[in-house]
Order: sequence, then C-alpha cells, then structure tokens
Amino acid sequence: MDVILLQLLNGLDKGGAYALIALGLTLIFGTLGVVNFAHGALFMLGAFCAVSFNALLGLDVVTVDETQTTAWGTPLEVRTPYVEAYLGDFGAWILNYSVPVSILIAIPVMLLVGFIMERGLIKHFYKRAHADQILVTFGLAIVLQEIIKSIYGANPIPQAAPVAVRGAADIGALFGFDPGVIVYPYWRMVYLAFAGVMIAGVFAFLQFTTFGMVVRAGMADRDTVGLLGINIERRFTIVFAIAAVVAGLAGVMYTPILPPDYHMGMDFLVLSFVVVVVGGMGSLSGAVLAGFLLGILQSFASMNEVKAIFPGIDQIIIYLVAVIVLLVRPRGLMGRKGVMEN
Amino acid sequence: MVTKISPARDYLLFGVFAIAVLTMPVWLAPIGAGYPDLLQKFAIFGLFATGFNLLFGLTGYLSFGHAAFLGVGSYTAVWSFKLLGMNPIPAAILAVVTSGVFALAIGYVSLRRSGIYFSILTLAFAQMSYNLAYSVLTPITNGETGLRVLESDPRLFDSSANADGPLISNLFGIEMTGYAGFYFCAVVLLIGFFIAQRIFRSPFGIMLRAVKTNQNRMNYTGLNPRPYTLAAFVISGMYAGLAGALMCITDPLAGAERMQWTASGEVVLMTILGGAGTLLGPILGAALIKYFENIFSAFNEQTLHEAFSFLPDFLEYPVVSVAGLFVGEGWHLTLGVLFMLIVIFLPGGIMEGVSRIGRLFRRSSSKVEPSGATAPAE
Repeated sequence: MDVILLQLLNGLDKGGAYALIALGLTLIFGTLGVVNFAHGALFMLGAFCAVSFNALLGLDVVTVDETQTTAWGTPLEVRTPYVEAYLGDFGAWILNYSVPVSILIAIPVMLLVGFIMERGLIKHFYKRAHADQILVTFGLAIVLQEIIKSIYGANPIPQAAPVAVRGAADIGALFGFDPGVIVYPYWRMVYLAFAGVMIAGVFAFLQFTTFGMVVRAGMADRDTVGLLGINIERRFTIVFAIAAVVAGLAGVMYTPILPPDYHMGMDFLVLSFVVVVVGGMGSLSGAVLAGFLLGILQSFASMNEVKAIFPGIDQIIIYLVAVIVLLVRPRGLMGRKGVMEN
Repeated sequence: MVTKISPARDYLLFGVFAIAVLTMPVWLAPIGAGYPDLLQKFAIFGLFATGFNLLFGLTGYLSFGHAAFLGVGSYTAVWSFKLLGMNPIPAAILAVVTSGVFALAIGYVSLRRSGIYFSILTLAFAQMSYNLAYSVLTPITNGETGLRVLESDPRLFDSSANADGPLISNLFGIEMTGYAGFYFCAVVLLIGFFIAQRIFRSPFGIMLRAVKTNQNRMNYTGLNPRPYTLAAFVISGMYAGLAGALMCITDPLAGAERMQWTASGEVVLMTILGGAGTLLGPILGAALIKYFENIFSAFNEQTLHEAFSFLPDFLEYPVVSVAGLFVGEGWHLTLGVLFMLIVIFLPGGIMEGVSRIGRLFRRSSSKVEPSGATAPAE
C-alpha cells in the first residue's frame, strides 16, 4: 500500500509537466490547427530563462577582506553577488528564490517568443499540410535547441530550489505509515500545486472570460466565428502566446527537479505528443487526464516488482499505452468527433 | 501529375544515373568528396532516402520512425557476421528479411491510422525499439557499447579465415573497405534505384499516388488502400534495413543511436531537400547533406579566419564569430535552418527548383523551337 502511494506521488509531478506541455499543444492544435513540434523547445526555453536569470544574479564582485587570511596567509577574497552587495538582505532573498522569481522574467519572454513564432512562422502554415507543419516546427525546434547549446553548452546546469523547500517531507508519517517509508521532496509538492494552479487558470480563462468563450467557439467552428465578424486570427495569436507561456513556466519550475540541458525539450516533446494522442486530439481535459495518467503509469512501471515480471516495461510503457489506446479508441480517451479524423 | 514516360527514356535515365554513381570517385574529387568513406555514406544514405521516399513521396504517409528499421538491419547484419561469417551477401539478405518482418508488424498496426496519428505511432514504435535496444535487449544489442564482431564468435563458414588483423567484412576475399566497399554499396544502390524506378512506373506505384492524392475517392471506388500502403511501408522498411546492413558491411559495428528519432528526422530532411516523390531527389538530398555535414563539421575558427581574411579586420571578427555558430559542432544548427528554409520556400525540394528553372528556360526558348521542349525525366 505504502509503495503504491509513493509511486502515485512520484508519478504526479512528472505527470504535471506532461499535462502542462500537452495542454499547450492541444490548445494550439485545437485553435490554430497546427501541429507544433517546437513546443518542447518552448518548455526548454522556459527552463533556460531560469538558468539565465540565475546566472545573471550570480555575477559577483570580489572584495578583499584584510581582517581575515586564507590558509596561505594572503588576505581572504570574498565574492559577493552584485544583487546582494547593492540590495542587501533583499538581494540574498532573490538569490535564494531565483527559480520562482524567474517566472516574472519568463512570462514576458515567453509571451514575446510565442508572439514572434506565431506571427513570423506559424501564421504562414495554417493552410499547408500537416506534414509541412510538422517539418517546419521540427526544424525550428532543432534551431532553438542548437542556439541554446551554443550559449550554455551541452551539460545539464543544476538549479537549486529555495532553501525553505529544499528538503523532503515524511508524508507517510502523517497518514500513519511507518516513518521514512513515503518521503516526498517539498519542491515536487510545490510543482504539483503549481501545475494544478496553471491548469485551473487556463481552464478558468477559457471558461469564464469572453475571450475564452470566443476561443472555444473558434475551436468548435472557426469559419462561423470568422463570419460573425470576430478577428479570430488575432485571438489565436494570443492563444499561441499563452500556450508558450504555459510551456515556459512548466519548464522554469521543473529546473530544480531535472537539471536543464538543451535536449530536454525534445525528450519531453515526444512524450507530450503521445499524451495528446492518448488524451484525444483537441480535448483539453483529455490532455490533462492523460498527462497525469501516463506520468503515474510510468512511475508504477519503474517499480522493481513490476520490472521483475516485465523486464524493460518502464522504458516502453507510455508508447505501449499509446499504441493500445490508438487502436482501441482511435479518438483517444476524450477525443471529439471530427477532429483530425484523417 | 503522372506524365507518360517511355521505357526507353527510363533506361536512359537509369544508364546515366548508373554511370554517374560509378564514376563518383572521379568527378567528385575536385570538390573534395572523392574519398571512399564519404562516397560510401552517399550510397548508403541515398538508398535509405530512396526507400523512405517510396513511402512518403508516393503515399504521403510521413513516418517518423524509419531509423528503427535501419537499426534492425544493422543488428541483423552484425549477427549474421557473428554467426555465419563475414560474407556481406547473407548479411544483406537477412537484414532485408528481418527488417521486412519488423516493418510488417509495425506497419500493420500504424497504418490503421493516417495523418499525424500515423506519424506519432511510428515515432512511438521507433522510440520503443530504441529504448528496448538500450535496456532489456542488451544480450542481443549489447546496449550502449554497441554490437561488434569478436574473434571468439562462431562464424560457421569462415571461422578459420581472417584469424589475424581486424575483422572486416569481405566478399569472397575482397575486403569491403575503401573503394571496394564503395562499389559494393554503389551496386546495391543501383539495384535499389532500379527497383524504385520500376515501382514508380508500375500500376502499384500509380495506386500509391492515388492514396496520396485522395484516399476517400479511392475508398468510394471500392478499393481498399491499406494493402497497398502496407506493401509500400514494408518495401520502404526493407530499403532502410538494407541501408543499415550496408553500414555494418563497411564498418562492422551496430549501435542503438542509429535508431534514435533524430536519425529518422534526418532521412525525412534528405528526402524533402532533394524533393519528395521524385526518383533522383532523395539521393541528391542525401548526398548533399552528407557532403555538407562533412565539410561543415571540419571547419573551425582557424579555417574560418583564413576564409574571411579578405574582409577588413573590424568586419572579420564578427563575421567569423557568427559563422562559427554554424560550423563544426554547430552543424546541426545549419541543418535545422536548412530544414526550415526548404519547407518554407521550396516544399518540392531541389528537384522542384530545377524544374522551375527548366520551365523558365523553356518558356523563353519555346518561341524559337516549340516542339523541341523536353519534359524532365522526373
């Protein structure tokens, strides 16, 4: 029981990342009708917003402290980051909370990136075949990840979570299990909560605002909405930018869990596409459901007990599920009729 | 779309192509590509792209998992070396058979869906094979180290031969390295090209084009497209397997990274760059990409400074640092940019560009010589 609960928890945070990326993918696909293979690259760009912000904060000034000496007898050199030197305690606080604070940087950056991508490239591919869309966004993804690689190098760059949430909680003890059995890092809880808030936010935005209503109408029948005199193209640009922000923030917050490197986007993209397909092309709730479902399934499959029965199952479970779902329920778990039937 | 092409013209095209391929060491030497390693790559990836084109170019089904067949072909070839001996012919035949069976299984499932679902299904299968090759199937694939032929392997038919020196595949005593290896690959490429040409012209090929043009209408006329697409998928998988076997014939080592989906993306790019749906295009695309990969990867800052030394100093450094992004390690960046440019501006690939230019010429010369205009061979 406790083992199952632990795997459930482990699966949730990964599932949260899948769900957030898949949500953006579905949003773009449902509104613009574009298959965006560069969405994983947006996730990666978000993660590197956090890395850049942290690197920027880490710029330091060297002061010589005459009162202390090193082991070699030379005066001790103290490295103080500029933010700390100028802002004092507040600077130290920002340094500590660099990952969450970089959300503030990531939002405008990702909005801009999304806007430029849609206006500059995707716009011209609305009328082209899906194969062309896949290919051009695939090319874009390669370009983005290679640019990041040339700036930050190929090695993963670990990011620290704030000190306050760096440890792990003994959740099991709360529910009466033996202490030390179910240990869950605080940051993963934060991530889970964050993913929940983001998902709820996107749904609320689509459900309760006029803008969201128009977007939903556009997803259902684009032509009619256009005939009603609404500039659907402009709305869709904003939708694309929002999807970019969602993916980017998912990346920012994921950095303490997985040190970002340039190909993390591609790794997540393949899985997120599988998630979208399992959830049902064009179904937002399907994407979220399938994201968490597959995250949990993957974490269960990596249990030693399961691996003993089906060796290697942890490597292929997601793809296996996708194949089965596509064959049994071709529209996915919650797919709508008429979306990408061909 | 399908223009009537006389058989004589086809044989002429094949003849010219054969001569061009077989004399590659001569006419590619001036541009620095006249050495066997690179020429082997031209032939192998040309074959791979030709096979991919039979599926994507004719039926329009975009497979993102073709590298899996390449990998299966490679592993089979190395196992054939290990068990049967270093002769490349059984290795090639066995690789074609296994990759065909593999393609039949994957195709049977994947082809139940079309469009983007098909792409994702093939991608899923390829990733599955890649992950398995890396982890559980290590006894068969030797995991990360890669599968190689060892001195201690049984090699039933030539266990006594080749006792000293590195183990190299040999065709009745001719070692498959250098130019001998290239000519072996070139002959296989020519056979593959000939079969592809026959398929393009056959009723079967026309049926495949019908699938691409309008599958619904095909259904309405009472034709079930699935057997045709499945056949195309299997044939194309066999080509990929054969290409994988050739890789091992020229260098008997098989690794799982050949199955990664970036490798699948590369063959898609080759086909698109040359021109999907044309006979020569994919081979041209494969050769161009391998050629530029070779050239660009070899560049470094030093050579760039020499290349741009004609610029004034204040311009030279910025130009070199920008260009430096695209060469050496940054070759993939060039590849990505190229990919985007081709899809955006020239979806038909180089062959379309060539025929566009050809049409321009014909339009201007048609006033003088109205009947002399010739349709491009493809």
